[in-house]
Amino acid sequence: MGKKILSKKFYNAMLKLEPRYPTRVALLLPALHAAQDELGWLSSEVMDEVAVFIGIHPAQVREVASFYTMYNLKPVGKYHLKFCTNVACCLRGGDELVEHCEKKLGIQCGQTTSDGKFTLMEEECLGACGTAPAMMLNQDYFENLNIPKLDQLLDGLE
Amino acid sequence: MAKELETLFIQYFYKEARPIDFYIKKMKGYTASQAALKMSQDDVIAEVKKSNLRGRGGAGFPTGMKWGFIPKVSEKPKYIVCNADESEPGTFKDRDIMRYIPHLLIDGMIVAGHAIGAQVGYIYIRGEYVREAVLLNEAIEEAYARGYLGKNIFGTGFHFDLTVHRGAGAYICGEETALLNSLEGKRGEPRVKPPFPAQAGAFGGPTIVNNVETLASIPYIINRGGEWFSKLGKLDKSGGTRLFCISGHVKKPGLYELPAGGVTLRQLIYDHAQGILRDRKLKAVIPGGSSAPVLAPDEIDVVLDIEPLMKIGSMLGSAGVLVVSEEYCVVKLLRRITKFYAHESCGQCTPCREGCQWMEDILERIEHGKGREQDISLLLDVANNINGRTLCALGDAAAGPVTSFVKKFRADFEVHIRGGKCPSA
Repeated sequence: MGKKILSKKFYNAMLKLEPRYPTRVALLLPALHAAQDELGWLSSEVMDEVAVFIGIHPAQVREVASFYTMYNLKPVGKYHLKFCTNVACCLRGGDELVEHCEKKLGIQCGQTTSDGKFTLMEEECLGACGTAPAMMLNQDYFENLNIPKLDQLLDGLE
Repeated sequence: MAKELETLFIQYFYKEARPIDFYIKKMKGYTASQAALKMSQDDVIAEVKKSNLRGRGGAGFPTGMKWGFIPKVSEKPKYIVCNADESEPGTFKDRDIMRYIPHLLIDGMIVAGHAIGAQVGYIYIRGEYVREAVLLNEAIEEAYARGYLGKNIFGTGFHFDLTVHRGAGAYICGEETALLNSLEGKRGEPRVKPPFPAQAGAFGGPTIVNNVETLASIPYIINRGGEWFSKLGKLDKSGGTRLFCISGHVKKPGLYELPAGGVTLRQLIYDHAQGILRDRKLKAVIPGGSSAPVLAPDEIDVVLDIEPLMKIGSMLGSAGVLVVSEEYCVVKLLRRITKFYAHESCGQCTPCREGCQWMEDILERIEHGKGREQDISLLLDVANNINGRTLCALGDAAAGPVTSFVKKFRADFEVHIRGGKCPSA
């Protein structure tokens, strides 16, 4: 294997976490999170490197990574919009927010704008039903949204 | 009797309550762990049994009894795991406990760890709660710095390590054995039971999995006694308060902490949440997260607790109340709910994997006016073939809404099929 893609910071964080678990495989979810935080998505090469680090077959990494929706198996935009459209949010206008966003950005859910700025996704329940409709922008929640608030937020993004 | 109800949680839901010093000074912080570590394991469990605390995650199982299932002696290490997956649609209570009073949860986990003889604990938090995971980690660091976590806590010789483990987006990981697989670095697929986690759970060791609100109730039980806690509840078997989550078409959605068994659905909707949005008519209520069978407007005088809801064919679940007014099409809503289960089915059991998708397809065509006359009976047939035929409760959770919506709102489905379109579209 060639040069490592993941940083020293990644490896240090993992070494710190290792004594917290009785098995090495238990590091897989934290490792995938940390790798994605660093690179934005999980390429084949990154997953291979994680497999080597943990000491498992690369297929085992893919099998796990593909199970969970938060792991990006393809590149995402600088701003990753994830709209909840589950019960509470759809009752309070979550669907309209998604439609508005699709029109505004000229893409469908699941797509990324050609300039790589925005990725739009529909999410299952975010656990913010009391402040619906809600969405995640990268790692942050935005709640009690409406179209003017959403426009203001999106227009303010560089 | 005019005394204002004392709340255990909600009165502290502001960010100034977060630091360890606040918890120690204002909430008798960590006195519960100190006291419990001086008690025998049996005495702690007996106190929790006395409290009539029942699991707040959805199943409502008595917590003290659950702890009692852990074998006294085990070759493998034991574990206490906090289920902070909070993935049941309509539920949003644990997030506030974690972000505002994380130390209450840590305190409760130390007590639980001692009671079952576990020296290691994990908080399995849903991946989307990124900020909450950071806050929990900060709180855990604070507790380590004071010597409340780690080696020889309070000089008692008891060691306890606590780690936050983030999920990565999977509803099924709220199911305890799927959660344990996910903790172990695997796909979040539920396990065959038995063995139950109390015999062989995390990493093969005896494990207790408890919900956030359940564990956060524990310090109160130790500090003020099981009997005191039990009396907070208004029904025999239900102790404590409950965080009711209400969302959807109400004027004041949010969290309401009320005595367990002390409020009817009508009171919660009309008195606490101040009634239906835009003063519309109530159409439907889902009382316990989206998996709970739906109720019609004439059923809302039911007391919001485990047995009363079970008696009328629904469930309290995670106490996530979803309110729907006449403004929203129930067929469309059920299609959305079913889409969720189809998406979240882990795929292990054929009835769930195939059936949920099939139900979604049928509902989609009914919603869009392309339904066939026999589709309603087909829908019920598929639901009945999922129900009870899967490893975990996700199958039942997907079937329950379908059968109950069709039973209670059959006319709405028929109008869609016979009229060839959604009447509100």
